[in-house]
Amino acid sequence: MADQDKSNGQKRWVGQRVPRKEEGRLLRGQGKFIDDIKLREMLYLAFVRSPYAHARVVNVNTSAAEALPGVAAVLTGREVESLTSPFIEIGPDQCQKIADYPMAGSKARFQGEPVAAVVAESPRLAEDAAELVQVDYDPLPAVTDAEQAEKNESILHENAGTNVVWRGVFEYGDVEKAFREAASVVEIDRLHFHRFSSTPLEPNVIIAQWDNKDGRLYYWCNNSFPSFAIQFLAPHLRIHIDQIRVQTFDIGGSFGIKITNYTQMAVCALASRKCGGRPVKWVETRTEHMLSSAHGNERTFLNTRVALDKNGVITAIDSRHIDDCGAYPRYEPLGCVIWSQVFPGVYRFRNAKIDFTQVVTNKCPVGPNRGYSRMQHLWFLERICDICAHELKIPADEMRLRNYIRPEEMPYTTPNGCVYDSGNYPKMLEVGKKLIGWDEWKRKQAEARKDGRLIGIGIGTTLDSGTNNFGQSQIINPYAPFSGNSQGANVKLDIYGEIVVAVGSCPQGQGHETTAAQIVADLLNVTPDLITVRTGFDTERNVHTGFSGTYASQFAVSGLSAVHGAAQKLKKEMLRLAAFTLNAKEDELELGIGAQGPEVRVRGTERSIPYGGLANIVNVNSAVMPEELHEITLNCRYIWRAPFKVPDKAKKYGNLTLTYASQLHIAVLEVDRDTYVPRILDYVAVDDCGTVINPPIVEGQVYGATAHGIGAALMEGCFYDEVGNMLTSTFSDYTPITSVNMPNVKFGDIQTPSPHSFNGAKGMGEGGAAPIHTLSAALQDALFDKGIIIDDSFNNGDRVYHLMQQAGKGKKPARVKPRAVPA
Amino acid sequence: MPEQEQMVAIRVKVNGKEHKLQVEPRLLLVELLRENLDLTGTHIGCDTSYCGACTVLLNGKAVKSCTVLAVHADGGEVLTVEGLAKNGELHPIQKAFGDAYGLQCGYCTPGLLISTYQLLQRNANPSEKDIRKAIAGNTCRCTGYQNVFKAIKAAAKGA
Ligand code: FES
Ligand code: FES
Repeated sequence: MADQDKSNGQKRWVGQRVPRKEEGRLLRGQGKFIDDIKLREMLYLAFVRSPYAHARVVNVNTSAAEALPGVAAVLTGREVESLTSPFIEIGPDQCQKIADYPMAGSKARFQGEPVAAVVAESPRLAEDAAELVQVDYDPLPAVTDAEQAEKNESILHENAGTNVVWRGVFEYGDVEKAFREAASVVEIDRLHFHRFSSTPLEPNVIIAQWDNKDGRLYYWCNNSFPSFAIQFLAPHLRIHIDQIRVQTFDIGGSFGIKITNYTQMAVCALASRKCGGRPVKWVETRTEHMLSSAHGNERTFLNTRVALDKNGVITAIDSRHIDDCGAYPRYEPLGCVIWSQVFPGVYRFRNAKIDFTQVVTNKCPVGPNRGYSRMQHLWFLERICDICAHELKIPADEMRLRNYIRPEEMPYTTPNGCVYDSGNYPKMLEVGKKLIGWDEWKRKQAEARKDGRLIGIGIGTTLDSGTNNFGQSQIINPYAPFSGNSQGANVKLDIYGEIVVAVGSCPQGQGHETTAAQIVADLLNVTPDLITVRTGFDTERNVHTGFSGTYASQFAVSGLSAVHGAAQKLKKEMLRLAAFTLNAKEDELELGIGAQGPEVRVRGTERSIPYGGLANIVNVNSAVMPEELHEITLNCRYIWRAPFKVPDKAKKYGNLTLTYASQLHIAVLEVDRDTYVPRILDYVAVDDCGTVINPPIVEGQVYGATAHGIGAALMEGCFYDEVGNMLTSTFSDYTPITSVNMPNVKFGDIQTPSPHSFNGAKGMGEGGAAPIHTLSAALQDALFDKGIIIDDSFNNGDRVYHLMQQAGKGKKPARVKPRAVPA
Repeated sequence: MPEQEQMVAIRVKVNGKEHKLQVEPRLLLVELLRENLDLTGTHIGCDTSYCGACTVLLNGKAVKSCTVLAVHADGGEVLTVEGLAKNGELHPIQKAFGDAYGLQCGYCTPGLLISTYQLLQRNANPSEKDIRKAIAGNTCRCTGYQNVFKAIKAAAKGA
């Protein structure tokens, strides 16, 4: 299984197909998910939710519910307001005037927003009682459209006085000059990226206990960014952050969606306190999840103008973007800057002006869903690239080659100061074309067109920027107290010599236990099965920083750098102690597995001490240690910090992410001429995440991200009617992609190691939502002859039908304006 | 106002073990397994019989246990994920899923294993189409199904 390292004959585990350590328990049905935990005296919580998207809460009558035997307490939104402070707002000015509480007090702002919570002896009783709570509402006009919301005709947060959460202009280079000198200008009226959610299969689940005995607040939950959650919870609940203990165990997927369940964590805590410290469990139903957990950001791109030179090279983009964050900002308005991590995408243009606005609407609040904020922008850029290519009659592959940032330009500084560490986009295109059989498909497509068949071939090239510089929050709000990024880990030899690793991440299937063990196995020259990795977050392990959690494609960089740093520290200490006990010099020593197990030995001799021997000295036999070795603990904590600076806030300039994994997908699809359903005929995904730690784990992430993207492009959307009723509030309406809709994916990879990480790896997993761009492009290719511009990221059969009906009627949504080519 | 419901006595054999229980008539089979019998390997992922995280065998047939009342299982036999391994040894289907990296978070896995178990019982040599159809009622949000297909093919070969 392991490679021999040529230099010293040592085995290497990084880069190998090491089986996942997490598998055993999960395959046996012995995973520890939060809903599997039962505590003594546990109570169950059910929410009462607003059926209206926007309404005053006139009165909440809880008496019938409270009278039901087995009901322990009822909590209302008003009561929560009186007991807590509003959650922190990240944004400036008007955001600071928004009062965000976990339940609606006087006003509900989206359908499904909780207005009361009932706590009872069984989950079924709690639900019965929730039905007995009587709420009088006074409905208000709902705004579900971002452009409408911007007009401020109906205001969600009266204190803020506006629905606009944030507005800013990102301008670089000389945009007007580029337009003046352009050979042609393409105008696109409106593009729209729809709302969807990665809907983890395990819903949100929380157990909270506000323990009377020690005054502490204990959480067993599946929040996926707990160090962020406690930063929100402590001031909200008016307690010290150290009073809170959060533990996570196995998590059934998050994809960013579980980051914002701190709001329900707050309610469960208050409910537990109200019930004398009994533990309170809340298990979200799927319908609740669809209505009120978190959705991805919806974005509209207006009045886009693209300047191109005579070769079809894009020289400038000018556009206005409106992002819809739902009823409360929560993690927002961070999304207003996060997209700019990939400001030019994979393209070389240097001049651009993006006028960016975010608004609140009467819909479920958004959360950082897989591909967060970058995928919307990347889709926009890929749409531009394809629409321009078609308008100028340049083949899509050729258009990209002319516009890609070149491999020899890496590391590449973008117009807004981000540094693309490495990458080779033309090479990925070449690999992708080969895998799909590009020329053959082109030939088949031409044949099929003669029969009137609608076959399209599309390319999507994307970036997965990983390891954020949180300093970008200061571009949004100059007073935001965040910058940089960090992660913690601890590696120790326990009393009998066991190697135990703890890390501040909370994986949801990404295989952190396995990859962390691979790193440590290489350093300590043992096998990964000898290493225990404690994953799942636990504040009490003291390995977290304020950025710890699992989000934003970064574990391979931030998590493994922390693990590597801690293991290196431990190794140094082991060598120092072994040198003393073996009476040798440190450079005469080597680590390895001897007859008795892992040991440190004097090279070329029989003299050795087992790891357990070293652990014995430090932990229970310390009188044998000379004083100068007392600082050795064999219990080594390391905090890794990313090498970032605070960006220039006024210029909106600086490096916003450490690594840039890239994806290139190619799809062939056919639109069914009877049903209009686009069907995928062939699909390729090429991935570059630098040095790969565990190939099948990386491949699995690529497949998963591909499924999310295909689902979102063709099947999945969070849709509302005009009064704010959610139309896709169950899985049966939302229709997450299944085994019969998922095509076979041909996987290809190239590896351009990152110069920014210790191991050459780049964070990955989000995948840039490549399939959405790719399928829009393929559909564009299939329908362009009909005069159709694909202007929405969601294209099911119904939508394609409407596009085809409307084709040729009214103003063309995109136009080329050729210009006199300057001499 | 819900009435004080009568409890119903049922007997059910789960993974070979007999249980006698008093249950509310509205209790779902999945709730019986998870709450009364502490067999928490069977999961709940939706409320409209879509996802299949709750799939178990009831009297030899795969059912979505969120859509079956516990009282319907009276006198019946249930197989859950916990009953697949024998004497601590993983069932070949479980092994195949592990070897093929056919799971990530593992939340869907118990249901998928049971659906696969039923497929291979009925069809030792399934085509790719058979495989896709057999697990169409099992949503997985992590794997994109690719490695699940590989796992099921490998399990069929090994069976
Ligand atoms: S929980 Fe039974 S089908 Fe989803
Ligand atoms: S492995 Fe996570 S849902 Fe299937």
